[in-house]
Amino acid sequence: MRKGLMAEELGKILKRLDGDADLIRGLSAELCARIKEPLTLMEVCGTHTHAISETGIRRALAGKVRLLSGPGCPVCVTSDAEIDRFIQLSQMPDVAVTTFGDMLYVPGTRSSLAEQRDAGADIRIVYSPLDALGMAEKEPRKEFCFLGVGFETTSPTVLATVAEAKRRGIGNFSICAAFKLIPPALRMIAAHPDLAIQGFILPGHVSAVIGSEPYRFLVDEFKRPCVITGFEGTDILQALVMIADQIKDDEPRLEIQYTRVVTKEGNKAALKIMEGMCDVKDSMWRGLGTIPESELKLKEAWKDFDAEHKFSLPPLEHRERFDTNGCRCGDVLLGKIIPPDCPLFAKACTPSNPIGPCMVSSEGACAAYYKYER
Amino acid sequence: MIEINGAMGKVDYQGVKREASFLMLPGVKAGDYVILHAGFAIKKLSEADAKETLRLIQEMVRVEKGLDG
Amino acid sequence: MKDKVIGLAHGSGGRKTARLIRELFLAYLGNPILERLEDAAEFPSDRGRIALTTDSHVVYPLFFPGGNIGKLAVCGTLNDLAVKGARPRFMTAGFVLRAGMSMDVLERIVRSMGEELNKAGVQLIAGDTKVIEKGKVDDCYITTTGFGALEHSKTFAPERIEEGDVILVSGNIGNHETAVLLARGDFGFEHKIESDIANVWPLVERLIEAGVDVKAMRDPTRGGLATTLNELASAAGLGMIIKEADVPFSLPVKGTAELLGLDPYYLASEGRLIAIVAKDHAERALEVLKAEPLGKNAKAIGEVRDGPEGLWLETLLGSERPLLVLEGEQLPRIC
Repeated sequence: MRKGLMAEELGKILKRLDGDADLIRGLSAELCARIKEPLTLMEVCGTHTHAISETGIRRALAGKVRLLSGPGCPVCVTSDAEIDRFIQLSQMPDVAVTTFGDMLYVPGTRSSLAEQRDAGADIRIVYSPLDALGMAEKEPRKEFCFLGVGFETTSPTVLATVAEAKRRGIGNFSICAAFKLIPPALRMIAAHPDLAIQGFILPGHVSAVIGSEPYRFLVDEFKRPCVITGFEGTDILQALVMIADQIKDDEPRLEIQYTRVVTKEGNKAALKIMEGMCDVKDSMWRGLGTIPESELKLKEAWKDFDAEHKFSLPPLEHRERFDTNGCRCGDVLLGKIIPPDCPLFAKACTPSNPIGPCMVSSEGACAAYYKYER
Repeated sequence: MIEINGAMGKVDYQGVKREASFLMLPGVKAGDYVILHAGFAIKKLSEADAKETLRLIQEMVRVEKGLDG
Repeated sequence: MKDKVIGLAHGSGGRKTARLIRELFLAYLGNPILERLEDAAEFPSDRGRIALTTDSHVVYPLFFPGGNIGKLAVCGTLNDLAVKGARPRFMTAGFVLRAGMSMDVLERIVRSMGEELNKAGVQLIAGDTKVIEKGKVDDCYITTTGFGALEHSKTFAPERIEEGDVILVSGNIGNHETAVLLARGDFGFEHKIESDIANVWPLVERLIEAGVDVKAMRDPTRGGLATTLNELASAAGLGMIIKEADVPFSLPVKGTAELLGLDPYYLASEGRLIAIVAKDHAERALEVLKAEPLGKNAKAIGEVRDGPEGLWLETLLGSERPLLVLEGEQLPRIC
């Protein structure tokens, strides 16, 4: 009885945090009152980019706070070579490629998974990697490969699925691991000579997994205000007030706004899964270039579930530059430019004819700007 | 979070129910609120912290109103 | 035409569909009546005012909570006539069936159609059946034509829309597309969401009887509320603004959309009416709608303005953002 009451109480609180217009407007007014000079901040995570646009916050703060989008869109930072590899997998006979929805329309060098699907390849969208595992169990004569694209929120879920596959003896299941890590990318951005970001809105759910300490270097080494933020309009505005205060006090701190979800330690079980099943390697990020120790790869012990090993995939050959066709996704991901600054934005590059992944991914900055900021 | 069966459970989101895995969240109980990602529960929501966040926000908004009044 | 091949996006009801219609269909088939691109066309006749419409139904799966392809085929057609202000009178239906389809399934579909037709007082007066070999098609596609009578002298068309007009919607939106999507079973959700398929003529009839000054009407099907309002705004040459706080969604529909990363403003309904009414008639219109069971959740959601073109949303925060026309597919095969 008591538990039921508690749950109801929490439900009510969440509802207010979600949709209370008075709170949102009040916070916005409070924020504007506290800002004396225009600020330039970065929201790292693609979900934040969309939330900031969808709630109208970006527009409401124009002129006061410049919010740049960062590289927190896993599909966007996946390299052409990696996408071409996914396409190659989809073209193999008796292989079904399973993936989250976004990857479908991202253009590789010559084609996209959507095109391959129209041409007859077995490519299936799933909501959870467990669904893909379920399919593999039901169709033992087909090989099922799951495209493991994501950050630290996603990687443990895919890895847990691989562990589950082993436990259940499902041999026709593998993953193409492409899990990237956020903190190394943030280091690169904080150290970048061309960027002048005064503070960071840090990801909410990546942090639910990794906790707050992996970001400590942003404050200690780079002296930037940081706030780990939730996804409702109230969360984002409260976080902005917190950053504004840090800047005003000239006292950069690492704070958690999203306290109801994020703890200092993160999710130990998830971290254990990542550490136990993976090693870290250098990785090529679209737009950011090679970042050392920024990607997870499956340990040798799990090679039977590693598509690279199972299908003898050749090593990735990366091009140094991605913008040979005028696409400036790389600079958008760095926060160097905002989407409208790209000459292709809304002209040659649109969601139905995307040239780069930032326009087509649901977490892409260009897609958000195209939809909400024109 | 509605019911638990080993490592899988059923979660309810605004009236829509789905199976979710609790492999990453041992110790969760029916009635708990969880964050769901790709079919996995990745974190339990803290009611105490949610309350505190709401309180802080309300305070911030009151301060603003104070300035006006 | 830039595209070399037809893609799913061309059937989504968004920008690509519009381009296909403009650049290919109208190029060869255009005429003053067709070029108006309305849900139902009024054509010249010396036997009173008559409206005609056609529709194809390819929904997958065939059965889903709240309806099936047959019920959808009937109501979808009737609604196209209703929003033109035409009382639906007759229908035709062409069936393309797959060899191997269960007779029982076909019977359930046709029985359902009969029920809806009887309820609406509409007769199906011509039909056709074709069967295709296995493997080339899904079980059943239905194409319809609808014929209705405009028993008054009013015109409901975007040209009549004026600045200050109020935008009304007859109930929660997006239920149909959500129900169909979940019925595909890809996502493993358990839910109670039902499609909202219904004949909206009774709502239209009440509005006309009450003398409400309705300027234009639509039913927000393929492409949802946002696409439909964009079409109206564009045809009227005016802008529209709706309030996030006022647009009605049922919680499970909103929740599902969030979980699946869909935008609820673009989810189709198949039993809802959008009516643009003169400002001083808005209150009366809402009374009339709410008195009908189908319209009990009717709401005023926004207004027409001279301002920036297209459809805009006033967020909870109070700032405005555009609700643009859909680029490609959100989801295929929902109607």
